[in-house]
Amino acid sequence: MNIILNNRPESFDEQRLTFEELIKKKNFTFRLLVTKLNGKLVRKEHRHTTEIKDGDNVTVLHLISGG
Amino acid sequence: MDTKQIETILQTKTIGIAGCGGLGSNCAALVARAGIGKLVLADFDKVEAPNLSRQYFFRSQVGLYKIDALRQNLLQLNPALIIETHCLRLTDADIASLFIGCDVVVEAFDDATAKLMLIETMALELPATPLVVGNGVAGWGNNNSITTLRADKNLYICGDGILETSQELPPLAPRLMVVAAMQANQVLEILLNNTI
Repeated sequence: MNIILNNRPESFDEQRLTFEELIKKKNFTFRLLVTKLNGKLVRKEHRHTTEIKDGDNVTVLHLISGG
Repeated sequence: MDTKQIETILQTKTIGIAGCGGLGSNCAALVARAGIGKLVLADFDKVEAPNLSRQYFFRSQVGLYKIDALRQNLLQLNPALIIETHCLRLTDADIASLFIGCDVVVEAFDDATAKLMLIETMALELPATPLVVGNGVAGWGNNNSITTLRADKNLYICGDGILETSQELPPLAPRLMVVAAMQANQVLEILLNNTI
C-alpha cells in the first residue's frame, strides 16, 4: 500500500497495518506520540485496533520537553 | 492589504497562549507588538530568578505570578491590549472553555506530556481552531535545523523536533526565542492569509 506519512509518500508491502504495527515498523520509539489518521486523532489506546490502508494520510509526531 | 488594513485585522483577533514561560512569554510579547487585540494567557507558575535568562520578565518581578508579570510587561508594549489571565495548571477539562473564543492557540508548555494533552484535547474539542506548537528548543547554534511543519489542517509544529532540554542542552535564549518568534510569525500568517 501507498500512504502519506508526515506529508511524505511511503510504500509498504502489506495491504493493511494497524497504527501500532506502523509505529513499530517505522521505529518510532518515543514515548509521547500524537497520532492522526486522515486528520482525525487516534488515541494511544486505539492504535492496536485502528487500521491504515492504501491512500491514507497518517501523522505521527513525537513530543519533546522544553519551552 | 496595506498597513492600516493589517492593523485593523489584527486588532480584532484573539490569541490563546498555553504556558507563559520561555516560549509563551516571548511569543506573547511578539504578537502584542504586532498589534493583536486580545490575549488569553494561562500559567500556574511564579517568576524565579533563573527564568530571567530567557523569559520575558525582569528582576523586580521575581515572586510574581507569571501571568501578572506578563500582563504588566505587555501593557507597557501596548496599553490598548485586552488581556485575560487564568492562573491555573491547564487540564483537558479547562482547555475548551478557556480557548473557545480564540482565533489561534499557541502551545508553549515546557513539559512534553502537557504538550500531548493540549494537542489531543484541541483536536477533539476545538478542531476548527489552529494550534501552533513549540517542539524542540534546546541548546544553541544550528539555525537551519529549526523548521515549521504543517502536520494537519489546523496543527503547526515549530522547532527542531529532536532536542530535549537537559543538563547538557539547557534552554538558551537565542534558540528558544527563534522558536517563539516562528510561532508568532505562524500566528500572523494564519490570521492574515486567511483573511485575504
